[in-house]
Amino acid sequence: MSSFLVTVEIKVNGVIQSRAVEPRTTLVDFLREHLGLTGTHVGCEHGICGACSVLLDGDPVRSCCMFAVQADGLSVITVEGLAPQRGRLSKIQDAFCEAHALQCGYCTPGMLVACHALVAKTPQPDEAQIRDAIGGNLCRCTGYQQIVDAVKLATSPGYEVKGSPVPQAARPGHTVIPGVANG
Amino acid sequence: MKAAPFEYIRAESIDHAVELLSRHGADCKPVAGGQSLVPMMAMRLARPSVLLDINRLADLKQVTIGTNSVHMGAAARQRDVEDNEALHGALPLVRDALRWVGHIQTRNRGTVGGSLVHADPSAELPLAAVVLGATMHLRSEADGVRQVRAQEFFQGPMFTAVAESECLVGIDWPVWQGGEVRTGFVETAMRHGDFAMASAACQLQIGPDGICRRAAIGMGGVDGTPLAFPEVAERLIGERMGPALARDVAHACAERTEPGSDLFADVAYRRHLAAVLMARVLLHAAVTSPQASALATTH
Repeated sequence: MSSFLVTVEIKVNGVIQSRAVEPRTTLVDFLREHLGLTGTHVGCEHGICGACSVLLDGDPVRSCCMFAVQADGLSVITVEGLAPQRGRLSKIQDAFCEAHALQCGYCTPGMLVACHALVAKTPQPDEAQIRDAIGGNLCRCTGYQQIVDAVKLATSPGYEVKGSPVPQAARPGHTVIPGVANG
Repeated sequence: MKAAPFEYIRAESIDHAVELLSRHGADCKPVAGGQSLVPMMAMRLARPSVLLDINRLADLKQVTIGTNSVHMGAAARQRDVEDNEALHGALPLVRDALRWVGHIQTRNRGTVGGSLVHADPSAELPLAAVVLGATMHLRSEADGVRQVRAQEFFQGPMFTAVAESECLVGIDWPVWQGGEVRTGFVETAMRHGDFAMASAACQLQIGPDGICRRAAIGMGGVDGTPLAFPEVAERLIGERMGPALARDVAHACAERTEPGSDLFADVAYRRHLAAVLMARVLLHAAVTSPQASALATTH
């Protein structure tokens, strides 16, 4: 039974991806292992930490708490798909940099997905709405305040993206991965 | 933290689903949102050899609002119910309860029926079901649909009246008629969205004179199943709510609980906490109009 494979077709970041998977393959393992999209992080693997959050048909869900077969025929947006185009950041991603909303970065993909989902439905969220939206995501570094600040900043009137995600010249000790915008 | 291997079958109809359950018995588990079952499988506390996906059955998603009851398909999504404004008037307690269920990410996938059959003693929807006296519709290939009242449905921690060959297909929630309905739901957990150490819920009907006409109350997280206290609720009928009455009723409820103990909350603390929460929801419900916001869900 373990070798019994099922073919799934999942639209990931706008591209239909067809793969044969074991039924027990979680959606997050499908994204990371089968598609190489390692931006989505694996944390607790049982629905507590939120690091694996992705958008499923536009709504944030935990990709560790569903099997890839359950997402067959559905549309998934991962952290790699949040930016408007390669080499550019979304406002929220940019504001995360500006407001120091990440330190170790482990929770960041899930936080970004949760915040994008919030802003898509509530373009000008208040602090309570922001805290509610990230309530399912654990962060052990920032104390959350900078994350809340980043969302407020990104949604403040007239906010423009400031930074460039890939420095033109690599900083010493900093590896620039060719073609990867948000690495 | 990876699930054991299983065969995946997507049900084409409810008939198909119950036929498969009849054939495979305990080896087969239905999955809809998977927000309880998939973590259980990841931890290998559940190892079904057949995973039966009922999530795409449109019949199980329907919500019908009637005069005296709301019929909800078992696979109605928690977030859809939470966002359904028409339901709030009919089932205010369900709306209040849902605000405490997990997080946005889990409510986007989780279903009402899934939470009920999982039967965690501290879960919110099971508490709402026993307080309101909801009726579960269980279907099997051999016997068709049988109805089980919430009080008999929850039999112990993670243990319900659902037989191996049965599938929960729908829930009837009673709708209170004839007067203003007030509700309150509150719980305490280490973090919002965690399992509650204790929770309390009430639904009251209070006349224009301030006298309580009808009352349903219950507590969660303080016994093997969520508890409703219809006989204690009788004390509220014909009375005007006040701090002393709320406290008396809350203590009477707490005395009827058998809480467990863990690292964070021992038996005495849980019982005390449940009483405090019960008094709080009673006073909140009595003074708050139905249109006003629910008790704050952050702490």
